[in-house]
Amino acid sequence: MAERLLDVKDLSTHFFTHAGVVRAVNGVSFSLARGETLGIVGESGSGKTVAALSVMRLVPDPPGKIVAGEITLKGRDLLALKEEEMRHVRGNDIAMIFQDPMTSLNPVFKIGDQIAETIQVHQGKSKREAWQMATALLAKVGIPDAERRVNEYPFEYSGGMRQRAMIAMAISCNPDILIADEPTTALDVTIQAQIMDVIREMQAQYQSGVIMITHDLGVVAQMADRVMVMYGGRTIEYGPVDEVYYNPHQPYTWGLLGSLPRLDESKKQRLTPIKGQPPNLLLLPPGCPFSGRCPYEREVCRGAFPETEIVGPEHGVNCWIPLDERLEIRANLPRFAARVA
Amino acid sequence: MSPLLEVHDLKKHFPIKTGILKRTTGQVYAVDGVSFAIEEGETLGLVGESGCGKSTTGRVVLRLLPATAGSVTFAGVDVIRAPRAQIQRLRRDMQIVFQDPYASLNPRMRVKNIIAEPLRIHGIGTEAERKRRVGELLEIVGLTAEHAERYPHEFSGGQRQRIGLARALALNPRLIVCDEPVSALDVSIQAQMINLLEDLQKDLKLTYLFIAHDLSVVKHISDRVAVMYLGKIVEVADSALMYSRPQHPYTEALLSAVPIPDPKTERTRRRIILEGDVPSPAKPPSGCVFHPRCPRMQPDPCTKVMPELQSTGGDAGANHVVACHFPTRYAADQATLPAT
Repeated sequence: MAERLLDVKDLSTHFFTHAGVVRAVNGVSFSLARGETLGIVGESGSGKTVAALSVMRLVPDPPGKIVAGEITLKGRDLLALKEEEMRHVRGNDIAMIFQDPMTSLNPVFKIGDQIAETIQVHQGKSKREAWQMATALLAKVGIPDAERRVNEYPFEYSGGMRQRAMIAMAISCNPDILIADEPTTALDVTIQAQIMDVIREMQAQYQSGVIMITHDLGVVAQMADRVMVMYGGRTIEYGPVDEVYYNPHQPYTWGLLGSLPRLDESKKQRLTPIKGQPPNLLLLPPGCPFSGRCPYEREVCRGAFPETEIVGPEHGVNCWIPLDERLEIRANLPRFAARVA
Repeated sequence: MSPLLEVHDLKKHFPIKTGILKRTTGQVYAVDGVSFAIEEGETLGLVGESGCGKSTTGRVVLRLLPATAGSVTFAGVDVIRAPRAQIQRLRRDMQIVFQDPYASLNPRMRVKNIIAEPLRIHGIGTEAERKRRVGELLEIVGLTAEHAERYPHEFSGGQRQRIGLARALALNPRLIVCDEPVSALDVSIQAQMINLLEDLQKDLKLTYLFIAHDLSVVKHISDRVAVMYLGKIVEVADSALMYSRPQHPYTEALLSAVPIPDPKTERTRRRIILEGDVPSPAKPPSGCVFHPRCPRMQPDPCTKVMPELQSTGGDAGANHVVACHFPTRYAADQATLPAT
C-alpha cells in the first residue's frame, strides 16, 4: 500500500463573525496517499475550500478558527506546529494552486522572480541557481520559449500560461502534496485540458498526492481516484470514484448527478434539479444539512447528523434513510436507472 | 416559411485607438463574417471559448451595438438599418438575459420596478395593470408575487437570474438572446434554470439564441449548435449530430476536452489536446483562422484561403455545414460514435 501522506480527522473550522458563527467545516475526515488523487466536490459554500485552507493553516484568524480535529502530515501533528515551522511545511511539503491565477501572482514582479523567490526561501539556493531552476520549471510545465518568458510579467501571460506558472511555482520544491482549488474554473475547456495534463504529468513524475477541489463532476471523473462529496460543511458521501458515480447512496449525490446535462447523452432527457437553495451557513439545520431540500426527508433528519454508514469498499455515506429503502428510491429515479444499469 | 431571424455576413470590428490623438491603429475583428438563421420556436446554441465573438454577435443582432457590415433580418425587418422608432418597436419582440445576475439588476430598484420598467418605457397598461403583470411574471419564473417589494440583494444568484428572465418576458418577446444565462450558477440551480427556460419556450413559443461556453449545457438545450472560433462560425449542425459526427477539427478538440461525469467513459476517451492559445482577434491568422493550432493543417490551402461554410454532402445535407478544407467524413452506414 502506498505511503499515507495526510490524515484529517473530525476537522471543524468555524468563522466567528458579527452576524454569528459560520460553521464552514463541520467534522470532516479524509486521508491522502502518495500518488493518489482525492477529489473534493461540492457547490459554493459547501466548505471544500475552507477544508483545504485548514490543512494549509491558511484560514484567516480572526475571524476563522480550527475549533476541533486533527491534521497529521506524515506522522507530524500540523495543528501543533508554530507558525514558523508551518511556513516551512507550506511549499516544501504541501503546495496549493488557486482558481484565479491573476490574483495569486504579484503583478509588479517578473514571473521568474516569483518562482525563484520560492526556491531561494525554501531550498536556500543562490539567486542565479534559483532563476535557472525557474526557467527549467517553466519549460517543464509547457511554457514555450521559457528562457525569454521567465523575464516577463504576469500581464504578458495568458490565463492558461499563468496557471502553468502557478503550477511551476507549486512544484518548485517538490512537495508531497499538491492542493488544487478549482484550478481550471477560470479557463476555457481546451486550456483546461492542457492544465489537467500538466497536473497529471507532474503527479506521475513526483508521485505526489493531489487534492482536487472542484464543483465539476466531470473533472473529478477524469482526475480522481477517490471522491468526497461535501454539502453545508459536511462530508455526506465518500468513496472510490466508481463507487460514488455508479453506486451513489446520498440523495444529494443523486441530485448533483441528475442536475448535469451530459454531452454523451444520445437522447435528450429532462434534468432533475434539486429544489430550493443551498442552506445559509449561519442558520444550518441541526441535523443533516441537506434536510429542507431533500425530497425524501423525514422527522429524524432534522434532529441530528447521521453516523457514517459503510455501504461498499471504502465507500461511506451519511444518510438517515434505511439502506433498503434508499436503494428502492434510487431504482426509480428516471435519470439514474439508465446510468447505473 | 422564412426564418424568424436571419443573419448574413455580419461583421463587428472594434477600432484600436492609441496616442493622444486617438488615431485608429488597428482593428479587433470580434465578429468577422457570421451567417446563421433561426426558425420560430427553435433554439440555436452559439458556443466558443472566451473572445471568440459569441457575445458580441448576440449584441449586434439586437442592435445593442452597431454592426460594421452585414445584415440582420428579424421577422422581415432589417434590424441594422431600421430607423430608431422602428427599432424601439422591435425591441418588444427581441429581448436579452445577461450572464451576471449581480451586475444586470439595478441594486437601488425594487424588483417590481425592475420588471415593470420595460412595460413603462413602452407605455403598456395602467399602473394597476402593470402591477398585476409583475405578479404574473414572477409566478411564471417560479417566484411569488410577494417578492415584488424586495431589492435584488435579498435574492440568491439563481433567483436573480429568474428576475432578469421575468424582465425579459415582460413584453411578450418572440426572440430571447440568452447570453451565458446559467454559467454563474451552481449545478443544482443551473438545472432549475435550464428546465425553466425549456418550459417557457414550450408555453410561450419562444425562440432562443443561446450563447454559452459550456458545451454540455448548449447541447442539452439547443436544437442546432453553431461553433465559433476567432470571430467566425466554423461548424453548424443539429446538436446530436454535432456531438456524434463533428467535422471540424476545432469542434472535435472542443468536444474531446469536455470532461464527462462518468469515470469509465473518461478512462477510455481519447483526448485531443490543442497546442497554444487562441490568437489575438486583432491579428487573426491568414487563411483559415484555426490553422496555427490545427492538427490537420496543410500550408496550402490552409494558410492562404479561409474555407467557406458548406455541406460535405453527408446524410444531413445542408443541415450540417463546416468551414474546413479537410473536414472529417463519416461513412454513410457508420452508426457508432467517433472516438472522442
